[in-house]
Amino acid sequence: MSSHHSPIVLSSEITPRSMFEGRRAFLRDAGFALALAGVGAAALRPGDAHAKAFDGARKSPFSVNEPATPFKDVTTYNNFYEFGTGKDDPAERAHTLKPRPWTLSVEGECAKPKRWDLDELLKLAAVEERIYRMRCVEGWSMVIPWNGYPLAELLKRAEPNARAKYVEFTTLADPAQMPGIRTAVLDWPYVEGLRIDEAMHPLTLLTLGLYGDLLPNQNGAPVRVVVPWKYGFKSAKSIVRIRFTEQEPRTAWNKAIPREYGFYSNVNPAVDHPRWSQARERRIGEFGKRATLPFNGYGEQVAGLYAGMDLRKFF
Amino acid sequence: MAFHPTPRQVDFIKAMVFAACLLPTARLVWGFTTDSLGANPIEYITRATGWWTLAFLAITLAVTPARRWLSMPWLLRLRRMLGLFAFFHACQHFTTYVWLDQFFDWPGMLVDIAKRPFVTVGFAAFVLLVPLAVTSTNAMVRRLGARRWQRLHRLVYGIAILGVIHFWWLVKKDVTEPAIFAAVIASLLVARLLGRSGTSGASRSPTRGVAG
Repeated sequence: MSSHHSPIVLSSEITPRSMFEGRRAFLRDAGFALALAGVGAAALRPGDAHAKAFDGARKSPFSVNEPATPFKDVTTYNNFYEFGTGKDDPAERAHTLKPRPWTLSVEGECAKPKRWDLDELLKLAAVEERIYRMRCVEGWSMVIPWNGYPLAELLKRAEPNARAKYVEFTTLADPAQMPGIRTAVLDWPYVEGLRIDEAMHPLTLLTLGLYGDLLPNQNGAPVRVVVPWKYGFKSAKSIVRIRFTEQEPRTAWNKAIPREYGFYSNVNPAVDHPRWSQARERRIGEFGKRATLPFNGYGEQVAGLYAGMDLRKFF
Repeated sequence: MAFHPTPRQVDFIKAMVFAACLLPTARLVWGFTTDSLGANPIEYITRATGWWTLAFLAITLAVTPARRWLSMPWLLRLRRMLGLFAFFHACQHFTTYVWLDQFFDWPGMLVDIAKRPFVTVGFAAFVLLVPLAVTSTNAMVRRLGARRWQRLHRLVYGIAILGVIHFWWLVKKDVTEPAIFAAVIASLLVARLLGRSGTSGASRSPTRGVAG
């Protein structure tokens, strides 16, 4: 858990990606040579040889002061149905995802649609470290140090017009890279959505990394959103398209089981899932259960977005 | 073709099967103490104990069709033990719920049982298993009489169906596994009904089967 307390590194000190990738290739080849020579190649740990992509990330005041869930748990216990419905499926099977090259298209009701290359996205705004709570609709939770910047930074560059009332996120749906797509467990591609004010909210994070490095494939590489006051499934992974729309997007889980998964899906201990209680949660790594907080503890920042709305009706 | 062990060999097979039936539990104990059940060990234990309860119910229900089709009547001597292992796993599953999931919050559990159909159904299945376990001894078979004992123990089909419904209703979306259990239990029920029309009452006598 101490791994995210990294020393402050100036951005000028960060090794350019091309250079450290070259080094990695060299180390890999060198390691191979050493193994062939019968020398203890196991001692070589290429992971230590390069700076993490976001080592210098500014620590955000939005971060929670709670112990982060270990990297191993964050990266081996996930829901990412494009790789299977088991919690360990993404970690086992997401290696087939190719996060580079990657294009994210921003389109729809806006003046300046654009197809963004991943390298452009990495440089678009200052990447921060944000330690957020993550509450799954299934009743478990984590604390995750993400790296990214407000989604608004990207959205405002598209200059959304007056008809842009919602923002729709579409996840990649490539059966060649995602074995889970072959089963029709959800209506692919995975689509999620937010109201435009939710999408523009400073807590909504365009996320490129976790634990100081680029996103692992199973966590939604190379680019995803994180909406910390909503159940986890609202935070779309491996996004290829962001579209401004006038109508409320038809989201994947809402289409699948409308009475269980509403468009809003704000974390709310007072509104049960039709089949189970949402009052408590199991924080991964803890033995007992803890009380679930309204808006996952972000009520102070976001409750105003829903003033006057009946959150039982708009669950 | 059919294998006909001597009584001593049957005892030996029974001991081996008994040891094998303990493996799922041993795996959980070992995994829990070495922290190798993944990020959410309690969820893992809940799922594993529930899965094995259904699996042992299916295995127990398979004994009668298997002994007929394979012409190996001695298989019946394993049935009571297998059924009790189903109960054993159900007890582990129920204990996990009461202790590791609800932390002995009795009022909370009552609400859960009343309000959440998948819990209601699972709880009902567990409660119905209790009289079957209690009446599994030879003395109880004699006390009840073969016919009444048999009628009572047909409850196991209902219990298995409730168990599958419990599993089906708790999964978020992917019903593959509950569907497989449903298919297995449905075919065992059909096999039993077919077998019934073709055999005499004598072969269904429980006293002969469970003795020993």
